[in-house]
Amino acid sequence: MSDTAADPRLLRAPPRKGIRLSWADERLRAIIWQVLVVGIVVAIVWWLVRNTNHNLEVRRIATGWGFLGREAGLPVAESLVSYSPTNTYARALLVGVLNTLKVAVVGIVLATILGTLIGIARLSKNWLLARLAGVYIEVVRDLPLLLQLLFWYAILQGLPSPRQALHPAEGVFLSNRGLKLPWIQWQDAHSFALLGLVIGVVLAVFYARSARAKQMRDGQPRRVWPAAIGLVLGLPVLIWAVLGAPWQGDIPALRGFNFTGGLTITPEYFALLIGLVMYTAAFIAEIVRAGIQSVARGQWEAAEALGFQRGRIMRLIVLPQALRVIIPPMTSQYLNLTKNSSLAVAIGYQDIVSIANTTLNQTGQAIEGIAIIMLVFLTISLSISLFMNWYNARIALVER
Amino acid sequence: MADIAAEATAPRPVEDAAVGPRRAPITVVGPVAWARANLFSSWISTAVTLALAYLIVRWTLGFIDWAFVNAIWSVPVTNGQAQTQACRALNGAGACWAVVTEKHRFMLFGTYPYEEHWRPAICVLLFIGLYIVSAMRRFWRPALALVWLVTLAVIGVLMWGGVFGLSYVPQERWGGLPITLILATFGIALAFPLSILVALGRRSRMPAIKMLCVLYVELIRGVPLISLLFMASVMFPLFLPEGMNIDKLLRAQIAIILFAAAYLAEVVRGGLQALPRGQYEAADALGLSYWQKTGFIILPQALRLVIPPLVNTFIGFFKDTSLVLIIGIFDLLTAGKTAIVEPAWQGFGIEVYVTVGLIYFIFCFAMSRYSQNLEAELNRHRVR
Repeated sequence: MSDTAADPRLLRAPPRKGIRLSWADERLRAIIWQVLVVGIVVAIVWWLVRNTNHNLEVRRIATGWGFLGREAGLPVAESLVSYSPTNTYARALLVGVLNTLKVAVVGIVLATILGTLIGIARLSKNWLLARLAGVYIEVVRDLPLLLQLLFWYAILQGLPSPRQALHPAEGVFLSNRGLKLPWIQWQDAHSFALLGLVIGVVLAVFYARSARAKQMRDGQPRRVWPAAIGLVLGLPVLIWAVLGAPWQGDIPALRGFNFTGGLTITPEYFALLIGLVMYTAAFIAEIVRAGIQSVARGQWEAAEALGFQRGRIMRLIVLPQALRVIIPPMTSQYLNLTKNSSLAVAIGYQDIVSIANTTLNQTGQAIEGIAIIMLVFLTISLSISLFMNWYNARIALVER
Repeated sequence: MADIAAEATAPRPVEDAAVGPRRAPITVVGPVAWARANLFSSWISTAVTLALAYLIVRWTLGFIDWAFVNAIWSVPVTNGQAQTQACRALNGAGACWAVVTEKHRFMLFGTYPYEEHWRPAICVLLFIGLYIVSAMRRFWRPALALVWLVTLAVIGVLMWGGVFGLSYVPQERWGGLPITLILATFGIALAFPLSILVALGRRSRMPAIKMLCVLYVELIRGVPLISLLFMASVMFPLFLPEGMNIDKLLRAQIAIILFAAAYLAEVVRGGLQALPRGQYEAADALGLSYWQKTGFIILPQALRLVIPPLVNTFIGFFKDTSLVLIIGIFDLLTAGKTAIVEPAWQGFGIEVYVTVGLIYFIFCFAMSRYSQNLEAELNRHRVR
């Protein structure tokens, strides 16, 4: 099959024909159809916009984003940034976005871990473990997420009051006010240590890369892990020690009717997190199972014949192939978890949907409120999709 | 045949204990061997088995104690007030099923007039009958569409009433399981044809139509269903001309249809893409028009390919109808949540949610099993 053998007539562009004014001409038909459909859609949209403008005028609702600068006066129970009801609506909405991200990010990490474990358990040679994982997946997938959230919230609310709180370990309290954990009093030294950790991780990655590049050149494997551990753990500890090694525990304690101090996980956040993680983990487990099963047995056997150890077969041979099957559906599960976090509004966790909903009820700015919700979720969805697509392209099979 | 006959008539060899077949050792066949291979194959497997067995036994006993042994099934009612002291005295050691006994009619049918509850009950049975008939492959023929139309019309008459001597019940008083079934059934029945059009549009060669379909699918799939439901409940009244008003249930139904269509369209598109190109080219070569090609050649094969994922998507929507709780529509879950608002019953949410969950589970589990069987049946020609 060489190019010279190809018939020159096949390389010639097809003759161009002008558009005939006849229904039999496919291109003319296509143009007419498109004009018709676009026309109908534009007409509907125009009709809706006209109605909306008219209705807004009649109801004396002023559209616009001016309300964002006004004082919100809506209390928010938990926020990652400082907030008080005297702040503006814009700040309240920012708190909502951060709360959504807080539950989505933690949820994605935990659901991935739990889902992978259950997916592997489903493939276990142990019959009892495999069946138990199967039952879990079937039951959790067949119940509405909202029902599960309400169920967990009802259980958390049914816990004893702070005075009779469950007290499984020193400084840990579980009551109907949520979970209380011991924490440290945060000081600048801790922030710098955290920064050191980030720098350590980055340096360790670069070190591993250069070691790999050297191995590619001379074939000598190099030990990466001692230096990596030194960088990742040693650097933050060193910074922390240099800055005086502050270590003041912040232990929760019962004062009167409630707790003071310590780290609080509110029942709303806790119920939402448990519900989302357990629900999504069931779907992720099925994806992981399908991914591992998609790698042919021959791959294991071939690797064993080459003398690989079990752990390295999993890491170097099976996992890279399974990931190709796992990543695309996993992306949509991450997106689902993020979108499902909007159910928080049903149990009173103040995420973006809940705060935007309160905002639109207080100000009457329905269109803006809904636009904000949609914009936030479209942005998050798009970012996760882009990141996962990039990751997918990176690990994709490079074919000839 | 001759061999078998010969063998039957031939004198059987004398059974000799020493020569006759010996049983395989129990370490190779039988339950002991099975347990050794599947439960105790290594020390780690043994540890897992023992730990799990312990936990399962403990949880099962605890659950039986809670749900049956210590449970209270009914409480006395004086002056229309349920006396729930006995339940509260249990302090969580046992279930208070009395809340379900007392409120089951409300949970199932909401605020529908009490004496007329037989009407929504028949509707629920009709819906279930409709699902069963639609699930049987021997009824997959055009007449099925007629059955659907007639059944849905009968359901409408039963729910609304006002004719044939049935008293009129306004839509605001409907509630419970029928609302869930109505939202799910109409949602899927109307979203499915729309999704086919959108999927075809997305694969169309006309750029404007393709762009519209992509925009629709991606926008809807990028936002949560709740935001669409909020839009339906808050923004939709602004969209319509003055004086024209659509009730809340219908607005939520429209939101669910639009949402479902975007997701179903992606499933259908998967089927369209999985079809070999040769099918398209062969249809073109026969000189079929676009709609002939699509209707006779492409869709019957493409839809057949995606029936299992379609059923899975249906299960998802059945569960998602519960989200209408957030905009205050009285479906099964909302009815359950409202049943425990009464002060006497506050704090017995777990019992109610377990019961409601059981109803959802029965429907979803049946669909999921059906989808697995169907998948096996449709793939039978591929398995050798």
